[in-house]
Amino acid sequence: MSAKTNSALPLEPERYELRAAAPYRFDLDRRDFFRFLGAGIVVVSVLKPTIVAQESGSGRRRGESLPKEIDAWLHVGEDGKVTVYTGKVEVGQNIRTSLSQAVAEELHVPISKIELVMGDTKLTPFDMGTFGSRTTPTMNLQLRKVAAAARDTLIALAAAQWKVDAHQLIASDGKVTDPHLKRSVEYAALTKGQQLTQSLPAEDPLIAAADWKVAGQSTTKVEGREFVTGQHRYPSDQKLPDMLYGKVLRPAAFDATLTSIDTQKAEQIGASVVHDGNFVGVAAPTSKAAEAALAAIHAEWKSDPQASSKELFDYLRKNTTDGNDPTGDGDRYDVGSVDPALSSADHKSQATYTVSYIAHVPLEPRAALAKWDGDQLTVWTGTQRPFGVRSQLAEAFHIPEDQVRVLMPDMGSGYGGKHTGETAIEAARLARAAKRPVKVVWTREEEFTWAYFRPAGVIDVTAGVRNDGTITAWEMHNYNSGSAGIRTYYDIPNQRIVFHPVKSPLRQGSYRALAATANHFARESHMDELAHTVKMDSLEFRLKNLKDERLRTVFQAAAKQFGWGKTKSPGQGFGMGGGYEKLGNIATFAEVNVDSKSGEVKVVRVVSAFECGAIVNPDNLRNQIEGSNVQGLGGALFEAIEFDNGKILNGRLSQYRVPRFSDLPKLETVLLDRKDIPSVGAGECPMIGLAPAIANAIFDATGTRLRALPLVPNGLKAA
Amino acid sequence: MATLRLAINGKSYSVDSDPQTSLLTVLRENLDLTGSKYGCGEGMCGACTVLIDGKAQRSCVTRVGSVSDKQITTIEGLAVGEQLHPVQQAFLDAGAMQCGYCTSGMIMSAVALLKKNPSPNESQIVDFMDGNVCRCGTYSRIVSAIQKAATAQGSTMAKGAIR
Repeated sequence: MSAKTNSALPLEPERYELRAAAPYRFDLDRRDFFRFLGAGIVVVSVLKPTIVAQESGSGRRRGESLPKEIDAWLHVGEDGKVTVYTGKVEVGQNIRTSLSQAVAEELHVPISKIELVMGDTKLTPFDMGTFGSRTTPTMNLQLRKVAAAARDTLIALAAAQWKVDAHQLIASDGKVTDPHLKRSVEYAALTKGQQLTQSLPAEDPLIAAADWKVAGQSTTKVEGREFVTGQHRYPSDQKLPDMLYGKVLRPAAFDATLTSIDTQKAEQIGASVVHDGNFVGVAAPTSKAAEAALAAIHAEWKSDPQASSKELFDYLRKNTTDGNDPTGDGDRYDVGSVDPALSSADHKSQATYTVSYIAHVPLEPRAALAKWDGDQLTVWTGTQRPFGVRSQLAEAFHIPEDQVRVLMPDMGSGYGGKHTGETAIEAARLARAAKRPVKVVWTREEEFTWAYFRPAGVIDVTAGVRNDGTITAWEMHNYNSGSAGIRTYYDIPNQRIVFHPVKSPLRQGSYRALAATANHFARESHMDELAHTVKMDSLEFRLKNLKDERLRTVFQAAAKQFGWGKTKSPGQGFGMGGGYEKLGNIATFAEVNVDSKSGEVKVVRVVSAFECGAIVNPDNLRNQIEGSNVQGLGGALFEAIEFDNGKILNGRLSQYRVPRFSDLPKLETVLLDRKDIPSVGAGECPMIGLAPAIANAIFDATGTRLRALPLVPNGLKAA
Repeated sequence: MATLRLAINGKSYSVDSDPQTSLLTVLRENLDLTGSKYGCGEGMCGACTVLIDGKAQRSCVTRVGSVSDKQITTIEGLAVGEQLHPVQQAFLDAGAMQCGYCTSGMIMSAVALLKKNPSPNESQIVDFMDGNVCRCGTYSRIVSAIQKAATAQGSTMAKGAIR
C-alpha cells in the first residue's frame, strides 16, 4: 500500500542528468561469444519483455543469432568460473561487490568465483551510464534473473546426465547435488565442451529477499586487497609502452577564441604539438617536458564580458529561457487553485532560497589514455558513461562507433561529475598526431575549471497554512537548479510548481542527487518556517501534512533515534529534513552547536533513517549514507564556486574547502529493511535531507533563518 | 637532468630526473609505483602521502632531489609478501573506503601516526589525519580502522615483549 503511494509520484524528468545521444544496441552473433569466452554456458538478459517472450520459448537454442536488446550476460566457463558482463561501472558506490552478491545468491557459487567485466564498450552490452541510482533497481534485478536462469540450465544438464527429474536436484556451492542418491557434480564438469546460449526466461522465480543468504549480508569490497596495497590501476594509472604525456592549452576565459598563437618554441624542444581550431595541445615523453612545452607556447585569446558570482542570483532570475525547453514537459505542475487558497489562508508566507554552484572535486581528476591502431581507437578513461564517451569520440573523429573501444577501469569517484569525455577526446587527438599512445590527466585546477558544476539556483516558495497546521496552498518556482525532487510529497490540495530553465553562466550538469538537494532544502526549510508560524512542533507539523507511510516511517524512526523533543543547552540546536528521491525515503536529523562568540557552526550529530526496499548489503548501504552526509556537509556549510568574467576564482583545494576529518559529526544510521519492496539505489537520496536539517537546527539554536546554500561559508556572524 | 639514487621500500633505484621534479612524478612516471596518487598538487589532500624516514610527507610537493639520501616508503612497500600491514588489514576489515583513491595516502598517514603514537585517541587521529581528504566521506570508518590497527599492533607488540 505504501509502495503504491510512492510509485504514484513519478520519477521527474531531469535535464541536467547528461544522457547518451543515440542509444545503440549491442549485436553479437552467438558464435562470437564462445570465440572470446571459450566453451560453457551463456545466459543473456534481454531488455524488452516482448522480445523475452519471443526468444525464450525453447529455453535452449543453437545456431541462431542472439536478440539485440541485451543489457547483460553471464558466462559459466569450463573451469566453473563465472564471468558477468555489464555496461555499468564502479565509481566507489561498490556495485562490483553488490552485483557479485546478487549473482552468487542466485547461481549458488562463492563470490570468489565471479568476475565482473564492467564498462568495456567492446565486451559489455550497451548501457546508458551509471547514474540516477538505477543500478540496484535495474541491473541488480537483471543479473539475479540471469544467474537464476544459468543455475536452472546447469540443473537441467545434470538432470539429463543422470536421467532424473530436475526438480529433485539442488544447486549449492558451485555444484548440482542429487540428495536422494547422494551424488553431486561440479558446474565445471557440466559446462565442459558445451556451447549453450539462453535468453532470459520471462518468469523465472527469484529467491525472495527474506531467504537471501549472500545478498542482504555485508561483504568486504571485492578486490579490496588491490585497493589497500596500491595495486589497483585507476584510469590515471594506466600505461602503455612508448606512451607520451599530453597537456592541453586552456583558454584565458570561458568561451574565449584564439586570436594568435606561436608554437615554434614548443616544437623546438621536441614536443608533438597540435593546433586544430581552438584546440591546442602538446605531447612529450614526460609530464615535465609536456608542461615545459605548454609553457613555451605563446597564445592570445579574446572573450566577451561574462557574469560573476556576485550578481549570480539576480542574473538567474533575469535570464530565464522559459518556453525554449527542448523537452517541453516537466516544467509545470498544477493542482487545484493556488491563488484563492493563498488569499484565504490564515497565514501566508513567502521566502526565497538560493543555492551556489559547487564542484564535484572527485579526488581522481579526469584522465584518459588513448591509442590508435590504424583507424581503430582504444581509450581507457574515467567516466560514468563509457558508451556516451564512445559516441563523443566517434563524433569528434568522424569514425563509426564500432571503430572505438572505451574501457573504464574502476575509477576515483565521479558523483555525477564524469559523464563527459573531454580527456578522452584530448588524449585521442594528441595520440593521432603523435602516432603514439598519449595519456592526459587533468590537474586539479583544470578539473575545477573545465569540468562542469552542480547548477546554482534561486527558489521562491509561497505557502498558505491554516491555524490548525494544515497547508492549503504551495507555490514553488525554481530558477535553473533543476526539476529533480521539485514536487512535494506533502498532501496539499492547491499546488503550483514551476521550473524555469536559465541560460547558465557556467557549464553545469549532473551532481549526486541533482536538484533534489536544492529543492528539498527550500521545501524542508519552508516547512519549518510554516511550523514556526503556526507554533507547532516541526515533526508534528510534517506528519500532519504527510500521508505517505514510507516517509512517515523514516521521519518517526529518525526522530526516535535522535531523541526529538529533548531539551537543549545554550548554543545547541536541533533540526530535521527529509524526503523522497530516486525511489528511496530519507529523514535526517541534525544537532548543531553555534559558538556565540566566534559564530562557528559545528554539526555535532547527524541521525539518518533510510528505507530503500530490501537491503542488498547493509554495511555498504551504511557506507553510502554516511558518505552522503559527509559530502553533503560541504555543499550545506561552505562549498561555493566563485567566478568572475569567465574565470574561476577559487579553483584549487587550498581555496575551495571540502569536508575533512575535523568536520565529521557523530553519524548514526537507522536502516529500515523492507524485504517486501524491490531494492532501489542509495547513492543519492540519503544526501537530500542534510542541508535543511542543518539550516533548521541553526534556526533552532540562534533564531537566525539562513536561506542560502552554503549556509555558513564564513561562520554565522559573517553570513 | 641528474642521476639520482633513491632508496624506496628497501630497494635502491637509479633515476634520471631533474632534481626539481616532484617525488610523486618520479614514483609514478619513472618507477611505475602508481599506488601514490595525484589529487591536488599542492599538498592539500594527502593522496600522495609517503613516508620519508618514517614521517608522513606529501610527495607532490617534495622535490625528488631533496630525498635522495633518505628512506622512502610507499604503499607498495607496506605488505610483507602476502601479509598485509595491520593498517591495511584494518582498512579492509572496516570497509574504510568507497572509491579507494584516497586510501593509499590515508594508510600511509595512519602508519606514520601509529609510529609516533601507538594508541591515539579519536581527537588525536582527527588532528593528525586532517590533511587527508576522502571525498566519498568515509572518515568515520577510517577513524575506526586506525583504532583497530592500533589495537592489533598493540597486541602484536605485547606478544613480542613476552617472547
